[in-house]
Amino acid sequence: MKKIEAIIRKTKFDDVKDALIAADIEWFSYSEVRGIGKDRQERIYRGVIYDTSSIERISLSIIVRDKNVEKAVKAISDSARTGEIGDGRIFISPVEDAISIRTGKRGDATLFINDSE
Amino acid sequence: MKSYFKTTHSRLVLFSLIAIVGIFSVSRIQAQDSLPEPVMPVLEESVTIIESSLEPASDFNNIMDLALSLDTVWMLLAAMLVFFMQPGFAMVEAGFTRTKNTANILMKNVVDFTLGSLLFFGFGFGFMFGEGSFIGAPSLFSVSFFESELPVEGFLVFQTVFCATAATIVSGAMAERTKFPIYIIYTILISLFIYPVSGHWTWGGGFLMNEEEGSFMMNTFGIGFHDFAGSTIVHSVGGWIALAGAMILGPRIGKYDKNGRSKAIPGHNLTLAALGVFILWFGWFGFNPGSQLAASGEENRVAISHVFLTTNLAACAGGLAALFTAWMKYKKPLLSLTLNGVLAGLVGITAGCDLVSPIGAIFIGLICGVLMIFAVEFIDRVLKIDDPVGASSVHGVCGFMGTILTGLLATEDGLFYGAGSGFFLAQLFGAVVVGIWAFGMGFIIFKILDKTVGLRVERRVEEEGLDIYEHGEAAYN
Repeated sequence: MKKIEAIIRKTKFDDVKDALIAADIEWFSYSEVRGIGKDRQERIYRGVIYDTSSIERISLSIIVRDKNVEKAVKAISDSARTGEIGDGRIFISPVEDAISIRTGKRGDATLFINDSE
Repeated sequence: MKSYFKTTHSRLVLFSLIAIVGIFSVSRIQAQDSLPEPVMPVLEESVTIIESSLEPASDFNNIMDLALSLDTVWMLLAAMLVFFMQPGFAMVEAGFTRTKNTANILMKNVVDFTLGSLLFFGFGFGFMFGEGSFIGAPSLFSVSFFESELPVEGFLVFQTVFCATAATIVSGAMAERTKFPIYIIYTILISLFIYPVSGHWTWGGGFLMNEEEGSFMMNTFGIGFHDFAGSTIVHSVGGWIALAGAMILGPRIGKYDKNGRSKAIPGHNLTLAALGVFILWFGWFGFNPGSQLAASGEENRVAISHVFLTTNLAACAGGLAALFTAWMKYKKPLLSLTLNGVLAGLVGITAGCDLVSPIGAIFIGLICGVLMIFAVEFIDRVLKIDDPVGASSVHGVCGFMGTILTGLLATEDGLFYGAGSGFFLAQLFGAVVVGIWAFGMGFIIFKILDKTVGLRVERRVEEEGLDIYEHGEAAYN
C-alpha cells in the first residue's frame, strides 16, 4: 500500500478529481493548504504593493494499493498541468498498515468498497 | 440592615421623584391637549376668508407653499431610499457569487453609481426630459430647461437614482467573467443612451405615454401606456440588457459540463444575499410610493399609502409563491429562490402599484414569484445562458409580466374588471417596444465590444478570480 500526496493548484481541483474518479480511485481526502514557493502573487492594498508569500494550494492525500500507484500519478499529473511555474508536486511513500474502523479488517481490504475491489 | 434601610429609603425618594415628574408631565400634556381648541375657530375663520374672497389670500399661498415643501421632502426622502438600493444590489450580487470575485462585484456597484450620476446630470437628464420625439434635446450640465412645480434639482436627484438602478442590474448577470474596463464602457452607454431614450418615450412625455387627442397611443388603443415606478422603464430595461450581455459573454467556466448539463456554482454568502434583499425591499418603499412625487393633500396621502400597501403585499406574495414552488419542484424550501421571489414580486408590482387593488397586488406577486422560478430554470437549462444572480429572470421577465398584468388587474381600466382590452394591449405594446429597444441595443453594443476589444477576461484570470488579477485587491484576506 502506498500513500500519494499531491500539491496542486486550487483551480485544477475539479479536473483532478474527475480524472481520479475516471481512473477508479474514488476514495481520498483533500485539504486547503498554504505554502511557500517560487510562485508569488503581487497584490495591492490601498496603493501599497505587497507580495503574498503564502501560496494557496490544495493537498490531496490518496492511499492506493501498489498496483494502482502509476494509474493515480498519471491521472493527477495529466490533469493538473498548466505548464507554468507552480503546478505542484507529487510524493509517494509506503504505508505500513491500514485498519477499517467499522469492520476491523486490515491491509488492502480496507480500501475495498462494499467488499469488492 | 442599616444598608437595606438606606437603599429602600433612597428608592422611595427616587420613586416619589419619578411620580412627581410624571404628574407634572401629564398635566402639561393635558394643557397641550386643550390648546388646539381656541385655534380651530381661527382656522375656520381663515378658510371662510379664503373662500369668500376672489383674490387668493396670502394664507392660502402659504399653505400651498408648505404643501410643495412637503412634497419635495417626500421626494428627496424617497430618493434616499432608492439610493439605498445600491448597497442592496451590491450585497445580493456579492452574496450570490464566489469569494474570489467579491471585490470586483462591489467595485462595479460603486462605479455604476458614481459614473452614472455624473453622466445622467451631464447628458442623460436632457436626453430623457428634453423636447424631441425620439430623444430629448440634450442640455449639457444644466437642468434649467425643465419646468416643474417641484425643485428641478431635487427631481434630477430622484431620476438619477432610478437611472443608476437600471444600470446596476446588469452587473449581476455578467458577474465573475467580464473585464472591468468593459463594464465601465457599457455603464456609460446605459446611463447616457439606452435608459434615457426609452425613458424619454415614457416618463419624458414621448409617444408611449402621450395621451393628447390624436396622439399615436390614443388613436391605437384609446389609452396611454402606464408604468408607475418602472417595472418596464427601469427593471426590464436593466433585465433585458443583462440577458443580452450574459448571452454574448457566454457561461462561466464550469457552469455547463461536456454534455451541456447545467451545474450549480453556489454563491459564497447567503447571509449577505438575504441582507441585500431586505435592503432592496426597504428601498422599494421609496421606489414605488416616492414615484407619486407628492405627499400633501388627501389625494396624495391616500395614494402613497395605497402604493405602500400594494408594494409590500406583492413582495410577500412573491416570496411565498417562490418558496412553495421551489419546495414542490425541488423538494426543499430554498432560501436563494425565495429571496429572488421577493424581488420578483416587487419588480412585478412596480408598474401598477397605484392602479391595482390590494388583492390584485397579491395576485401580481404570486404570479411573478412562480414565473420567476420557471424563468430561471428556462434561461439556465434551455437557453443555456449563465446568469449568476438571476437578474434577467427577476428584472426582465417579471418586469415585463408585471406591466402586462397591470393591464388585466387595474381596477379602472383593466381587462378583468370589464373595461375592454385597450389598456391591456397598450401595456403589452409598451412593454414589448421598450423590451425590443433594450435587448436590441444591449445586443448590438455587447456584440461590437465582443468583436473589437473582447468582453471576457482570460481563462487563467477567471479561474484564479477577478479580484487579484483585475484589481490586485481581494475582498477576503
